[in-house]
Amino acid sequence: MKVSLISLVPVLLLVGMVALFALGLGKDPSLLPSVMVERPMPDFVLEPVLDNMEVFAPADLLGQISLVNVFGSWCAACLLEHPTLMRLAREQRIAIYGVNWRDSAENGANWLKQHGNPYLKVGLDEHSKMIIDLGVTGAPETYITDAQGRIRFKQVGPITEAVWHQTILPVVLTLEAET
Amino acid sequence: MEFGALLHPMTAEIGNFALILAFVLAVVQSTVPMLGVRTNNLRLMRLADVTAIGQLLFVLIAFLALTIAFVRSDFSVELVAQHSHSLKPMLYKISGVWANHEGSMLLWVLILSLYGAMVPLFGGALPIRLKTLAISVQGMIGVGFFGFIIFTSNPFARLAEIPLDGNGLNPLLQDPGLAFHPPFLYLGYVGFSMAFSFSVAALLDGKVDALWARWLRPWVLVSWSFLTIGITMGSIWAYYELGWGGWWFWDPVENVSLLPWLAGTALLHSTLVVERRYALAHWTVLLGILTFSLSLIGTFLVRSGVITSVHAFANDPERGVYILALLLLASGSALTLYALRSSQLRVGNGFEVCSREAGLAINNILLVCATAVVFLGTFYPLLIDITSDDKISVGPPFFDLYVGYIMGALVIFMGVAPMLKWRHDSFNNIRKPLIILIITSFSLACIVAIFGKSILGGIGLMLALWLFVGTWITFGRKVRFGQLTLDENWRMAKALPAGVYGFLAAHLGMSVTVVGITCMGVWADEKILMMQLGDTTELGGYTIELRDVRNGTGPNYSAETATFTLSKAAKPIGQMRSERRFYPVRVTQTTEAGIHVRPTRNLYVAIGEGEPARGWAVRIYFHPFVNWIWAGALLMALGGFIALGDRRLRLPKPREDEVTI
Repeated sequence: MKVSLISLVPVLLLVGMVALFALGLGKDPSLLPSVMVERPMPDFVLEPVLDNMEVFAPADLLGQISLVNVFGSWCAACLLEHPTLMRLAREQRIAIYGVNWRDSAENGANWLKQHGNPYLKVGLDEHSKMIIDLGVTGAPETYITDAQGRIRFKQVGPITEAVWHQTILPVVLTLEAET
Repeated sequence: MEFGALLHPMTAEIGNFALILAFVLAVVQSTVPMLGVRTNNLRLMRLADVTAIGQLLFVLIAFLALTIAFVRSDFSVELVAQHSHSLKPMLYKISGVWANHEGSMLLWVLILSLYGAMVPLFGGALPIRLKTLAISVQGMIGVGFFGFIIFTSNPFARLAEIPLDGNGLNPLLQDPGLAFHPPFLYLGYVGFSMAFSFSVAALLDGKVDALWARWLRPWVLVSWSFLTIGITMGSIWAYYELGWGGWWFWDPVENVSLLPWLAGTALLHSTLVVERRYALAHWTVLLGILTFSLSLIGTFLVRSGVITSVHAFANDPERGVYILALLLLASGSALTLYALRSSQLRVGNGFEVCSREAGLAINNILLVCATAVVFLGTFYPLLIDITSDDKISVGPPFFDLYVGYIMGALVIFMGVAPMLKWRHDSFNNIRKPLIILIITSFSLACIVAIFGKSILGGIGLMLALWLFVGTWITFGRKVRFGQLTLDENWRMAKALPAGVYGFLAAHLGMSVTVVGITCMGVWADEKILMMQLGDTTELGGYTIELRDVRNGTGPNYSAETATFTLSKAAKPIGQMRSERRFYPVRVTQTTEAGIHVRPTRNLYVAIGEGEPARGWAVRIYFHPFVNWIWAGALLMALGGFIALGDRRLRLPKPREDEVTI
């Protein structure tokens, strides 16, 4: 049986492609690897957004498992996760801190007044100083830090109820078991 | 007791049982008749017909059982509990059947079995060996997918604890346009399984002939037309539901539906060459395998989540592995068979450079290039992700540019090539129409470029007119317009086969679509601003005023509805309503855009965040001729259905003029 080389091309291409897919299967494309994971929070001091709060600094994160959430009043997807954060705050499930990014203090405060404030402290990062150190790619983005203030997990995109239960809660439970 | 009530508690079990029976039948269908062909046993071969039809019946029962569970909101079935809700409107309870992974796979196999059963029902005149082999191959695909459903995604799984109410449906999917998008898409996607099965059967049997192409062409036409409608519906849905004001986003999930469409368009034209001239036979066989493989890749991509997408509603790597294995098994063995057997395929009739066959071959080359470009653009990010530490994305500029070039070249050929005769023609014969085409299109291009202030717009509309005029000239030549009296033209037109009218509608549809794409790309305009009650703004010569914003509730959501009035030159011409919906069950919100539709333009408003004191963020778009994109696409699909009526596609008694391998 004579087999021409050209007629083998389609099947070889297919095998290559399937191999590519197989390697790609294990990867979650929305999970951008963060170089910051397992490192302490970068040093920062952020001015408060709401009048009745104090400045937000890494020292606030020590001694408990915390959730640091990057948001902005301009960010539509942040509204998507807001109900989940509000619920977590109401149930006092975890200490929640906010970084109000690329925003004015006034807009940030108005946004919190309108939609409710789930945060213990909200720091303003108007000119993306702390955000760049943290390696944020967009809002909303969320970090989970352990009792030593080290970043242990990074979530890109909104924390819906499903994301909370399936992705973040397991991380929190593991950290709670550690301490 | 009422019969329905008696049936109720066991519906899911009946469905499950029927599904397993269909699986068993598919196993028989894929092996026994094949054995019959090997051993020349007619009784074993005949088993193919029975099993194919039986398989359809059992899948139908399973599908109905799941539908009943959804309609009755039987929350003891896990799938219903997860994806339905007692408050959901009936339409969405029904479409909820396939708006989730398990149910959509059940729809997938239902359509696969439907096409499979068409072979015994309509293919009586086919040579029995070819028919039996094709049904067997169809059965093999069935085995793979029934196994997939039963072992990884059983839609009939029950819950131990019955919830009081369901989890709702993804509100993005709660839309009439999308409700019927998957069935059309699948009728297209899965229909290409027919091309696959018959290509493999031809390789096994060692024969590709005109009868083969004549049988296959209507099924390619049907699949292609449904796929065209499916893609169009998806595009319309994305336009008004996702609220981004675009009609095509080069999103991976959109791209993978475009891939089989492009390859299927090539297949559509190459089967024409096999049917009429017995040329391009082994190329057509390869295309048949590739087109369905691209459908499988589409299914894999949507179901596995290897690539992020707005459509990533349900995905799971384990299921991805299974579909990937299926792809490797199905396409891998088909292509290996092709590699082993195709060298023995006698190259059919040759053709000259200036002939209809050559034109169609160029059409195939361009379409395959377009397929390759879309494929590379879609999968390049994955390749980079795996081979390096970088993450990249390939955006619309890449696709717009390269697909634009190829489609431009394709449209130029589409305007001229159909005028050529089969076998051989001479350029002298098309000199006159070519001059007419060049003069009319070029003048239009100049006028548009000067008055529309856009060279790109001029080129785009020039291409559209080129295709429009070229298509009518082709038609005019067929009825000998200008050579005979109008009466005689009319009589000739009535005698033309349906295929010619299919060609006319489809190619004119393409030119309509090109107009829409050009105008949207060049002259669309948008504005994003904060508006308070009573504020007005201008866009595209229209005045838009925000009149009213009020809160309300729908069946399963609460909403903030904004009303705008629209006027032109101080004359009011209509109202537009945009709504932000909040679905408490899913903690999700969506935006319903307000769209004022006219044949030559759409005005599109979407309301965003806001409050009375500061005003609301409002996005307004002016979209000239956007509806032509979809109207043209539907015209193309209509062309496909019209061509089905062609007498020349009826199966004759088997003939002897076959191309043997």
